[in-house]
Amino acid sequence: MRVVIAEDLALLRDGLIRLLTAYEFEVVEAVDNGPSLLRALTTHKPDVAVVDVRLPPTFTDEGLQAALEARKRVPGLPVLVLSQHVEQLYARELLSDSRGGVGYLLKDRVMDVGQFVEAVRRVAGGGTALDPDVVSQLLARHAREEPLQALTPREREVLGLMAEGRSNAAIAGKLFITEKAISKHTNNIFGKLGLPPSEDDNRRVLAVIAYLNA
Amino acid sequence: MTDADLRTPSLRLPAGSGPWLRSRLRPSYRGLLIAFSSQLLAIPLFVVGVLSIAYMGLGIGIAAVPLVMSGVRAYAELQRRCAREWSGVDIPSPYRPQPEFARDLIGLWRRCRWLLTDPATWRDLLWLLLNAPVGLALGLLPAGLLVYALEGVLVAPWLGHVTWYGYGAIWPIDGLLDSVLVIVQGAILLPLGLAAGPWIIKGHALFTRWLLGPTRKAQLAVRVHRLTETRSDAVDASAAELRRIERDLHDGAQARLAALGMSLGMAEDLLKTDPEAAQQLLFEARKASGQALAELRDLVRGIHPPVLVERGLDGAVRALALSLPVPVDVTIELPGRPQAPVESAAYFAIAEALANVVKHSEAARALVQLHHAKGRLVMLVGDDGIGGADPGGGSGLRGIERRLGAFDGTIAVTSPPGGPTAVTMELPCELSSPKIWPSSETG
Ligand SMILES: Nc1ncnc2c1ncn2[C@@H]1O[C@H](COP(=O)(O)OP(=O)(O)O)[C@@H](O)[C@H]1O
Ligand SMILES: [Mg+2]
Repeated sequence: MRVVIAEDLALLRDGLIRLLTAYEFEVVEAVDNGPSLLRALTTHKPDVAVVDVRLPPTFTDEGLQAALEARKRVPGLPVLVLSQHVEQLYARELLSDSRGGVGYLLKDRVMDVGQFVEAVRRVAGGGTALDPDVVSQLLARHAREEPLQALTPREREVLGLMAEGRSNAAIAGKLFITEKAISKHTNNIFGKLGLPPSEDDNRRVLAVIAYLNA
Repeated sequence: MTDADLRTPSLRLPAGSGPWLRSRLRPSYRGLLIAFSSQLLAIPLFVVGVLSIAYMGLGIGIAAVPLVMSGVRAYAELQRRCAREWSGVDIPSPYRPQPEFARDLIGLWRRCRWLLTDPATWRDLLWLLLNAPVGLALGLLPAGLLVYALEGVLVAPWLGHVTWYGYGAIWPIDGLLDSVLVIVQGAILLPLGLAAGPWIIKGHALFTRWLLGPTRKAQLAVRVHRLTETRSDAVDASAAELRRIERDLHDGAQARLAALGMSLGMAEDLLKTDPEAAQQLLFEARKASGQALAELRDLVRGIHPPVLVERGLDGAVRALALSLPVPVDVTIELPGRPQAPVESAAYFAIAEALANVVKHSEAARALVQLHHAKGRLVMLVGDDGIGGADPGGGSGLRGIERRLGAFDGTIAVTSPPGGPTAVTMELPCELSSPKIWPSSETG
């Protein structure tokens, strides 16, 4: 799988290159600033990009802006954005075109290599990877409302994992229950939230996120 | 600033509405109030004031001066308020700040000295004296003009037979033509008198400001006092902040990194002999580094939120609002960015006010409004919760006051029991022209 990396700290950039290469990604280019990133994304059109939010020359949210702009020019271009801190605002902006193929994670998550690589693959496949911190804030926002109150604790847990972008199989693995039990939970959740049921993992995740972001 | 200042942002009397005639006549009765009080209150206060000072030597003066002077100041304060409410002439209090005084004889003596060394006290007294004629004359003028005008229209024309009587330029009134001219004079004077009323009252307000307002020197003294206060607050606050950061780093991230290094070292040793134990240690090391990162992240957020760097006040406030469990309506109209220190103070003030909404208000909705007007950044944080916010009840609102005070900013809280709560904060500042993001279009 072809990947573009944008990270200005050499130490982290090399780490990411090493890590992704070890998991059989082909790093087509690694850049260290916003303008080069936009150029790399639009010329290589990689299978996935791993992008640091804050990049030179402005050291503001240059990386995020370049990623958003690239997705405008190459619709659906899969981008996984990494940051030292996560903001609902940025998550919203990334998800706003509701095309999927978007990830937004704390840099800390890279340490859990297995999960991280899984997230990169998921985003490359048009899926979603939202940081647990973002999801828990989203859930807290709706915690006092009717539909979410009606969920059982287990269902709320499943909802959270779904909002992170995980497939039924992944959720089942994480909670140590069968996939069948999970799909029963998801059906219940969709019923209680009044969302149309869907078999497609990606579409279901986007529906849940859209619901929570409303 | 006192608690009362914090809670009552503006003590405004209802503005001039009501029937046309009543609002026309308002200057007249205001003038009468000025005139009467200048005789019935000001003169006695002046006499008693001078006597109490004269009798300082005899002892009773020491007891009387503070008492009388507080009466004088209350009356002067009332006049300042009238000038503001009636004529829009703002007269700040000129008095030196009051120190703490002991409740014994020495305290009383110090209080007298504090009063008598303040030039504002003497200016108050001088004002009482001069206001006796000036207040009387200016005060009676609006009503007097009207009465005289009405006399010209209604009474004088019929007094043609009284030889010692006249009106205006006609003296005495002789014949029909004179009577008509008298009526014309009265009729011209009437609207002039009505129109002049507010200006006469304003003239008195300006006279009042001349003596009851702070002199340039006193203004500077007050300013120096305030700057000294806010500077020492700011210095204290930043020292406390540094201590907190040091402690957090020392007990948090630093300790965790040390532990992490230890785990890694031991894992290295055990790698050959006991791979299983080594793996456990590596797992712990990873956990420790995750915790260190989380702690550093919180610390950084508390020092200077990254989103503020990345998006400025506008984006940072929106991001903050989105992260709260209460829905927040955000309206921001800022044509540019304030300087970084101001931006940061504004952000933390809003963050504290919003944290209060979440912690205390039980509100279903909140709102944040930001705009820039007349060289001030105006911030409003409101909620529809239970109200009863009290700056004396905690440290947060006081903290905002100190933070904003360092920039000459202010905070006012209105929060009646039962709500709603509104926290209005203002920061004097200039906005820089908006930045153009160079990122997207190069490529
Ligand atoms: N938005 C609000 N709604 C209701 N009560 C409030 C609100 N904000 C503050 N209060 C009350 O005022 C007190 C003082 O607030 P604050 O100075 O921020 O202190 P703290 O938050 O540290 O308790 C709080 O303890 C709370 O009782
Ligand atoms: Mg508080």
